[in-house]
Amino acid sequence: MQEIMKWNGWGYSDSRFFFNKKGQAEFTGKRYSVIGLIIPALKDWFESTFGASLQHKTPATPILNSSAVHPPTLNETFVEELKSTGIPFSHDAEDRVFRAHGHCLHEIFALREGKFGRVPDMVIWPNCHNDVVKVVELASKHNVCLIPYGGGTSVSSALECPPEETRSIVSLDTSQMNHILWIDEKNLTAHVEAGIVGQDLERLLNESGYCTGHEPDSMEFSSLGGWVATRASGMKKNIYGNIEDLVVHIKMVTPRGVIEKSCQGPRMSTGPDIHHFIMGSEGTLGVVTEVTMKIRPMPEYQKYGSVVFPNFEQGVACLREVARQRCAPASIRLMDNEQFKFGHALKPQVSSIFTSFLDGLKKFYITKFKGFDPNRLCVATLLFEGDRERVLQHEKQVYDIAAKFGGLAAGEDNGQRGYMLTFVIAYLRDLGMDYYVIGESFETSVPWDRVLDICQNVKERIVRECKDKGVQFPPLSTCRVTQTYDAGACVYFYFAFNYRGLSDPVHVYEQVEHAAREEILANGGSLSHHHGVGKLRKEWMRETVSSVGLGMLKSVKDFVDPNNIFGNRNLL
Amino acid sequence: MASTYRDSDRTGRASEEEFVDILEERRCSSDLGFALRTFNPQPYQRASPFSTADLNKAVLESQYLRYVAKEIAMETGSSLEEVREEAYGILDEISQNMQLGFIRLLGYTLTKVFKRLFTCIYVNMEGLNRLQQAIQETPVILMPNHRSYVDFLIISYILFTYDIPLPVVAAGIPLAGMKMVGEILRRSGAFFVRRAIGSDKLYWAVLSEYVKTIVRKGYAPLEFYVEGLRSRTLKSLTPKLGMMQMVLEPYFKGEVFDITLVPISISYDQVVEESLLAHELLGVPKPKESTMGLLKASKVLQKNCGTMHVNFGHPLSVRQLCQDKINRCQYNLAPRDLPQTPNAEVKACVSWLAHLMVRLQEQGSVVSPWSLMACLLLQAPVAVLTEEGLPWQQFIEKTLWLRKLALDFGASLNWPGKASDSDVMSSTVALHCSVVHLKAGRVYLVQDEEPQRKHPISPEQGVMSAAVAVLMLASYRNQALHIFVRPALLATAMHITKSTQRDELFTVFGFLQELFSYEFIFIPDNMSQDFEEACFLLKKCGAVHITQNEVIPSDTGLEVLSFLQALLQPFTDSYQVAFRYLSEDAVPVFTEKQFLPDLRDQATKLILSGELHTHEALSSDTQKNVLSALQRLEAVTKLRASNQNEYKVNKAAVRRIGDILSGKIPPQNLQTTPDARL
Repeated sequence: MQEIMKWNGWGYSDSRFFFNKKGQAEFTGKRYSVIGLIIPALKDWFESTFGASLQHKTPATPILNSSAVHPPTLNETFVEELKSTGIPFSHDAEDRVFRAHGHCLHEIFALREGKFGRVPDMVIWPNCHNDVVKVVELASKHNVCLIPYGGGTSVSSALECPPEETRSIVSLDTSQMNHILWIDEKNLTAHVEAGIVGQDLERLLNESGYCTGHEPDSMEFSSLGGWVATRASGMKKNIYGNIEDLVVHIKMVTPRGVIEKSCQGPRMSTGPDIHHFIMGSEGTLGVVTEVTMKIRPMPEYQKYGSVVFPNFEQGVACLREVARQRCAPASIRLMDNEQFKFGHALKPQVSSIFTSFLDGLKKFYITKFKGFDPNRLCVATLLFEGDRERVLQHEKQVYDIAAKFGGLAAGEDNGQRGYMLTFVIAYLRDLGMDYYVIGESFETSVPWDRVLDICQNVKERIVRECKDKGVQFPPLSTCRVTQTYDAGACVYFYFAFNYRGLSDPVHVYEQVEHAAREEILANGGSLSHHHGVGKLRKEWMRETVSSVGLGMLKSVKDFVDPNNIFGNRNLL
Repeated sequence: MASTYRDSDRTGRASEEEFVDILEERRCSSDLGFALRTFNPQPYQRASPFSTADLNKAVLESQYLRYVAKEIAMETGSSLEEVREEAYGILDEISQNMQLGFIRLLGYTLTKVFKRLFTCIYVNMEGLNRLQQAIQETPVILMPNHRSYVDFLIISYILFTYDIPLPVVAAGIPLAGMKMVGEILRRSGAFFVRRAIGSDKLYWAVLSEYVKTIVRKGYAPLEFYVEGLRSRTLKSLTPKLGMMQMVLEPYFKGEVFDITLVPISISYDQVVEESLLAHELLGVPKPKESTMGLLKASKVLQKNCGTMHVNFGHPLSVRQLCQDKINRCQYNLAPRDLPQTPNAEVKACVSWLAHLMVRLQEQGSVVSPWSLMACLLLQAPVAVLTEEGLPWQQFIEKTLWLRKLALDFGASLNWPGKASDSDVMSSTVALHCSVVHLKAGRVYLVQDEEPQRKHPISPEQGVMSAAVAVLMLASYRNQALHIFVRPALLATAMHITKSTQRDELFTVFGFLQELFSYEFIFIPDNMSQDFEEACFLLKKCGAVHITQNEVIPSDTGLEVLSFLQALLQPFTDSYQVAFRYLSEDAVPVFTEKQFLPDLRDQATKLILSGELHTHEALSSDTQKNVLSALQRLEAVTKLRASNQNEYKVNKAAVRRIGDILSGKIPPQNLQTTPDARL
């Protein structure tokens, strides 16, 4: 993977946004369906939203300068013994830098400036569970710090090497453990090595007619082991469930030995579920090596959809009703007005006059005929899955509910583009960073009755904090409701601003994000719905789980890993 | 603008607020034209159009009210329908019904009234601009002080004049009972609140949901008097916390991003109902609010009350004020719609904010020359004032001395700069001819309002008659008290202890603050800062030298210190009389109804015998305050079982407090530590 990926930005090296000579946005590469198309409206949106200008560029350092990377601190005896096992390893600077970060803003910002903090001293690529057992034994024996590495898509500073760590740090890269070991068609489960990346898992299962249905937004790059370690959530959890619902059996290697259950019973009453010590442990207890997870036959039919609401309040009320009736489609997401406009700015150049005429007609119908205020309306995107007849029935049910809240069906294209946005938005951040614009997303989960207030208050807090911290231009502060549950919803915030005139933009960014998180907590939101805690949010762990709760987690850590071999210092 | 002035021109005050006479324009244009002007204010940005009916519906259908109604139905055994019906009735009694037509009617009428009553109504324009801005950004709470019936709707009137969204205004329920007037007020945005809500759960629920819905929706700016009612003494009152708690809760619970509090200080040269108030304090019952009464009172409209100042203070962000004071996460674990008793942290914060608003109202008030003169007049013996009079020239000099002291202490004064000082003072005397008059170079207290009295008056009647004048004077002095009260407490402490030791003075200062906590309003838990402020001000005016451990009177400081001490003398004297009555003459268990007249009789006797030098001891306000303070100090306890407000007195404890106040024993011997209640 490393060869085809950017070292200082999101995703594939051949895929990126740029402004062409005419000032139009373009996307390169052939990997995404929007790709290669011209996106005419993006420039105007970009300039007017951020007060940015194409004249003011902030290009990234193009090439990784290996001499700027600290030479590795190696534990010689560990290296010697490792050599004898035949497990591949490297202490090449590029390999080490690649695994020293996730995708938090400050991490990428530093890379673009060619700055490297503490990076792992070496990288090891075990090929199977037994390799991992050997590596963990050696690390324990020689007191080497291990940091498991899956897809590297963390946004919680989880992969950052603790600067205070004096031991040799070894990045344990699971990417070679990427096989489906077996598929059990009688029980509909698959036994998979934990290093497999989401899109490969899906592709390979599809070849046999199955899927897991687990599709986090990062699924192109994130790994099964990472999902387990962070308690990941997938876009289609309404049908397939989140990772904790999907997992049947987990094997994890710890300094104390291997932890796993003795059977694959679908539910057990055997004390606290040990899987719940593993899920969300964020690499502090060991390495997940193999996972048995549920699989489903591939859906016969998929259909996108979208609904326009006169305002966000109505949209939220509709989602709440859908959740109440427990008829949520595979995915239902509600974007606020700012994100609706953003999505609009990403429309590709239309191929025919006819399409543009139709678009104009739609717009006329919604704003003039139906009286929607273009500065207040918002859109929900939908994805239905299943057999055709049921999908159509389901679709009708959902649209009927939406109509009660003033929602108008707005076509499949808008829906599909909404989901595509998910995959390209990370590329867009790189584009912004070329022009003084930095930003990131963060998420929370919150009871239904607080959804509206939290959205409004957090967005407002971001705007005020930016102003207080001297940001010269109003920020983009926007949110969407991305998951519905019986008792609440997951809310996702995007926040970006133009940092011209600021001497330390990353610090300002971090202060604002910190304030936004405080606001989330004060409004009854959770510390995280699926991104995890890492090191970025661990200061709030005690108030989140109580002192006793934290003590419980600590005592597990103390038993499983008394010498802190898994020393990434996440979570606790 | 001819009648524009900067505060600083007059007083040299640092702040450069510009006051504009809003009546000037009214005097040279048509009143009808004004009333019919286009009114198109910029509302709160998040407010969605929401009618009175929508508002009431939202309240009735709220989860909170449903829950409480169900609870009450369970408790009382009545049907849910009946409870809902009752709630509907309560809401009907409370709710306002603002209509622009009535605002216009009011705009017309008030213009007539104000023009007759006041020479000028000064408003600080910058304050209005800030308010206009704030109203667009967050829900706004307007918090004026309440000194006269005239205050009611003055804010609405000003906002109407300047095209700012009109507030809904909390009013006392008696106003609703007035024929026609009640309805006119209701349609001008008044909503009506019962005085004693007590334990009426349903009433509390309907009212609080009503208030919270207004704030949550940003329906309109909400105006209420944090002091709860009109101050009869023109002194600040201990703030009431119920309404404060209601308006703040939407912020605490995250239902709004922020709430803006705007303190507003209304100050008068002369209060229309001055003599009515004095009589009320002497036990003459206040006339019931009625439309007839209002019409009869319209004769007071012949009177000229000089100028009125309305000072819109800086908008304060509740979010900023409550930072680090409130952990909003405490509301995370229960539905926000359900009733929840505020915890100690919330209560303390609400109380702090309420007291802070009172302090800001005080700081924003503009003090008239008359208030300064009243401070001095009250320091002369009543007999001298009524019989010999004070030499006018000497009085002018003393007043100018006091003006300088007030400015040193940071007061904002309404002392006209254009006229000579003696003209200012003589026109002030002319304005207050019902209290003082100037004859042959001497100032006299006007004693008798009834000129054609046939029978010679009894000595007791004589005392009462002088008391009316004294209490009127006292109320104007009270308008200036906030300037002096902290240094005055320190001066009194120095007088009592005869000590210079800081520790000792601080203890007595604290004792006095506690004892007079119903007389003067202090922010809770702020005693050290108040003490520091007192030291600072006395040092600033050169009255004391301050060392690490000592506060030493300076050679030239005597004049200031004795003035300040004399300023509080009426209070200490009145309290001592009450203590003496309670510890010697009172029966061990008494009712308030007995206490007030008995104490008044006793005080009258002491005045006649020459033992007591202040008529303020006759004021029912002072008497009630003594009782409250003694309760707080646990020397008097209210008997819970009785429904007649019976009190039980611990005579030894009262005597001890009296001894501390007179300096016979140091305050360490006080049973309860001053901070025990906190």
